[in-house]
Amino acid sequence: MPEIIRKSPVFDVVVIGSGAGGGTAVKVLTDHGIDVALLEAGPMLNPARDFREHVWPYQVDHRGAGAHSELYFGRQQWGFFAAPVGYWDIPDEPYTAAPGNQFRWFRSRILGGRTNHYGRISLRFADYDFQPEDGLSDPWPVTYAEMAPWYDKAEGLIGVTGTREGLRTAPDGNFLPPIEPRVHEVLIQKSCRKLGIPCIPSRMAMLTRSINGRAACHYCGQCGRGCITASAFSSSQAMIFPAMKTGKLTVIPGAMARELVTDGSGRVTAVSYVDKATRTERQIRCRAAVVAASACESARLLLNSRSLRFPNGLANGSSVVGKYLSDSVGYSLSGNVPALEGLPRHNSDGIDGMHVYVPWWLLGDRRKIFPRGYHIELGGGFRMPQIGSFHQACAALEGYGKRLKDGIREGYGAEVSFSGRGEMIPNRNSYCEIDPERVDAWGIPVLRFHFEWSENEINQVRHMHQTFQAIIETMGGKVNGPVPDPKTAGISVPGTIIHEAGTVRMGTDPARSALNSYCQAHEVKNLFVCDAAPFVSQPDKNVTLSIVAFAWRANEYLAEEMRKGNV
Amino acid sequence: MSETVDRSRREWLRHIGVSLSLGTAANSVLTAQDAHHVHEAVAADEAVSKGPYLPKALTAHEFATLERLSDLILPADEHSPGALAAGAAEFIDFLCSASDEMKRIYTGGLGWLDGAIRRRNQGQTFLDAAPDRQTALLDAIAWRESAAAGMEAGVEFFGWARKMVADAFYTSPIGIRDLGYQGNRAMSEFHVPREAIDYAIERSPFK
Repeated sequence: MPEIIRKSPVFDVVVIGSGAGGGTAVKVLTDHGIDVALLEAGPMLNPARDFREHVWPYQVDHRGAGAHSELYFGRQQWGFFAAPVGYWDIPDEPYTAAPGNQFRWFRSRILGGRTNHYGRISLRFADYDFQPEDGLSDPWPVTYAEMAPWYDKAEGLIGVTGTREGLRTAPDGNFLPPIEPRVHEVLIQKSCRKLGIPCIPSRMAMLTRSINGRAACHYCGQCGRGCITASAFSSSQAMIFPAMKTGKLTVIPGAMARELVTDGSGRVTAVSYVDKATRTERQIRCRAAVVAASACESARLLLNSRSLRFPNGLANGSSVVGKYLSDSVGYSLSGNVPALEGLPRHNSDGIDGMHVYVPWWLLGDRRKIFPRGYHIELGGGFRMPQIGSFHQACAALEGYGKRLKDGIREGYGAEVSFSGRGEMIPNRNSYCEIDPERVDAWGIPVLRFHFEWSENEINQVRHMHQTFQAIIETMGGKVNGPVPDPKTAGISVPGTIIHEAGTVRMGTDPARSALNSYCQAHEVKNLFVCDAAPFVSQPDKNVTLSIVAFAWRANEYLAEEMRKGNV
Repeated sequence: MSETVDRSRREWLRHIGVSLSLGTAANSVLTAQDAHHVHEAVAADEAVSKGPYLPKALTAHEFATLERLSDLILPADEHSPGALAAGAAEFIDFLCSASDEMKRIYTGGLGWLDGAIRRRNQGQTFLDAAPDRQTALLDAIAWRESAAAGMEAGVEFFGWARKMVADAFYTSPIGIRDLGYQGNRAMSEFHVPREAIDYAIERSPFK
């Protein structure tokens, strides 16, 4: 039996998870002078040691293929040079899918979580995202007007590039200067203009100007590897390290939360966790808890926190915890553009990812046969050669010798790619629950996933294909790859866009939601959930900026309630 | 990452007077110029000469055959040296040394090349065969659609060899120069050269 250590100081707040939501909670609470303990299931982060920024492939023996050639055999969990200590599969922490179902769950176990590597696309949700006009999903308990000032704060802290465009589908924000479009992006903009599709400067959490003591970007295009200068936003560098300097924050790494402990009055009094290094059970006492472990992990923790008073899991009288699981609808297509072949060489690294993007442009269009919409992310340019960079070229050119070498050189930088990220309507067949038959290496029951795309999402993906093909062909290019399978239309495997949301939803009705509009549990006043779990729907806008905005608002509210003595 | 790279990168970080250790991480911002020093330090670590390479997984004959194959796949030309000079065979042998699955692909595939030449040329190995015999065999396996019947195993192997020789070449300093990749450096501003935009527009439907 593990040793149970009961003696511990009482923290004002225990925050579980150190990603975008946990990082924001820590920042806001410590700014108010509140004593916070932060539990992170992974190790501490040391950017100088852990980030592989600036390293050339040839400086590594296996050049990024993995020590055992994992990349060549489809077993690589994530790019070798990428920042996260994260995986689709963590041997000690498995998950399951119900028979006939598929769901992939990416976890990043390190201080800062997935914010160390993520794409940093930072889009505000629009007014109609909060109050849908089609009635296909429930309205949120907040409006865009209420959230706008919190988006201002979030953008002010993390730093987001952009331009004011006045589009209803892409609300303007508090922007840093945009970055120039690359050559292929100039062509894509012209192609889109011809097709009546907007293509505007991208909104990315990279600093085109120094703010908050973080250096301006040095444009090496490797943000996904983690940024040593903290010019690309991460919760670890921009929120948690500064909070540590206040003396109000205690970071506890290697701590896997098992259960929220409640007293007779139904309040959270402690968090029980496993210290992974020693496999010792520990408890940390608190006056309030902020759960920010990522949408599915937060649902798992609540569902595993069962007691006589909460037999269905904590804050789950409504039985909605785990339900309404969604991921973004994903589809990608690439093409080769003759106008870019032999392009004069120059440094096109810039910021990692796109410098311009396509916001949703068919709001209210009656001809389309699917609800809601999507945005388009663009790729291309002279990227640092990596293992795999020319596999497609080899397969397309075939042969060998000087013709192959000339062909690869000619085609380098001539490929453009498009990824649609669209809105899924939550459905009753997509949810997670506790698998009664399995526990992880710490003895904690694991999640079992159920997931199903509906015809709504499949039709949306078909529309993406037509749009991408039209953009490629209008710029004189040719689509790469085979036509997708007509049945699935090439839709992404559920979970693989890594935008899980909705599993601990907010709402005004405690019978149909777990949290109120401040992400506070209806049934447990000193419990807050601050990741994408509270989100009522999955707008076609990446969730991270909204996680920061909602967490900021929730934790200001928590601090105020603590000051008033209500929590 | 090799020890050398790791060590010199750390030395540079120390040299520019910035500690990125946790305790001071909140202050750990580098100027673009400092960041450029880090890039340069890393670049300066480019492979130090290590003497002749001794194969770790393949036999001397297999390794020599692989070297010849890599030279045929991406030869030296007026732009750059080829895959042989870029050490493609070394990279592949290194991967074979840590993966039995990979090793089987290469021992099997290189053996297949010898067998195919032997059947055609009375007992010669691929390495011994005249260059035109070697290319005649590659011509039969390097194009999937037009491959001769009975050559499937060779086609499959050549697909592996071609993509991995390309990986090795284009991730080497020689291959990176051949492509003309100019990034992985710190810049104080990002600009796109006008002539590059003009080049593309001139060749596009939007001119």
